[in-house]
Amino acid sequence: MSRETVLVTAEWVEEHLDDPSIVLVEVDEDTTSYDKGHIRGAIKLDWTTDLQDQVRRDFVSKQQFEELLSSRGVGNDHTVVLYGGNNNWFAAYAYWYFKLYGHQAVKLLDGGRKRWELDSRELTDELPERETTSYTAQEQDTEIRAFRDEVIAAIGVKNLVDVRSPDEYAGRLLAPAHLPQEQAQRAGHIPTAASVPWSKAANDDGTFKSDDELNTIYSEAGVDWNKDTIAYCRIGERSSHTWFVLKELLGQENVKNYDGSWTEYGSLVGVPVALGDEPGQADGQSA
Amino acid sequence: MCGATEGGLSLDGIDVAKEAIIQGRVVRAGSKGPGSKEGDPVGNAYVRLLDRTGEFTAEVPTSATGHFRFFAGPGDWTLRTLAPKTEPVDIVVSAEVGAIREVAVEV
Repeated sequence: MSRETVLVTAEWVEEHLDDPSIVLVEVDEDTTSYDKGHIRGAIKLDWTTDLQDQVRRDFVSKQQFEELLSSRGVGNDHTVVLYGGNNNWFAAYAYWYFKLYGHQAVKLLDGGRKRWELDSRELTDELPERETTSYTAQEQDTEIRAFRDEVIAAIGVKNLVDVRSPDEYAGRLLAPAHLPQEQAQRAGHIPTAASVPWSKAANDDGTFKSDDELNTIYSEAGVDWNKDTIAYCRIGERSSHTWFVLKELLGQENVKNYDGSWTEYGSLVGVPVALGDEPGQADGQSA
Repeated sequence: MCGATEGGLSLDGIDVAKEAIIQGRVVRAGSKGPGSKEGDPVGNAYVRLLDRTGEFTAEVPTSATGHFRFFAGPGDWTLRTLAPKTEPVDIVVSAEVGAIREVAVEV
């Protein structure tokens, strides 16, 4: 992968607004953002209802994903261009999700909705009309999705990258600071995980930093490029952003996103937890 | 005093006694073109919360009325506000559990 294959600029999107081979998709943490105004022609995916099973904690099934994309007018041959708020957290999550179900032609709008808004580019409340399709998804590609047992086995063995803010990593906060802090799970991080906040990979306007800058950031944080990597955050959306950086921009081979992330790990009985600013030992004792 | 949001975002259902809240409103310091004047709320700004080391912790878009809110921890934080047609504005603010810090940002 390279930057040109997986990222597009706002100018590129403006030039392709009427291109029938492109489907623009907005995905936001704040699921009402789209309704207040979106890029012309863009459809909305709601990460809480469209992309999550509504009973158990898991993704929608292959069949549900097929029904979703078919009903929204996304075909197998379409190039999907994702964008969203929060520096593309949930757009990157959807990018990873599309890859998980085998859609190869996916791109992110660099800088997402924020860069678009800060440039004062046009937003509309007009809803697009799209013809339904007959979308076929692949089986989930578990080469890019990590589950809890795999994460526990990776302690002290693989690269674990905690992409939450330093205060969440250390255990001083339990959630991103725009959300209430009262949570059920324990605070801290997975022992031996390196702290590389997702935000280090992005400029203030939400665009990604250069490959050279990105390489330096992860190398200095202790990521061993010869090892497999698992990224995690709180619910798997910020770590999708980092998964995108490591896998799609920097071309690392074996990178997985642990979507259970801290809300699962921090609730498990008996697993080691490290507190404080250092990675800690594999058994959770401080270094 | 609980929920004193001055017409801002609702705190209904949130246990304010357990949170260290930083909130406020972004308004224009002066005209930025036709139809824009000093004191206008800025509903398309982004407010970033940076920790004591300057590291990013959270970011929110402002509401239509220019309001924003963070659930921080106790201590010193920096609010960095980005808005169209203006330079970023940094404001240092101190938070404590059980208190609501109101911050007025002019861009």
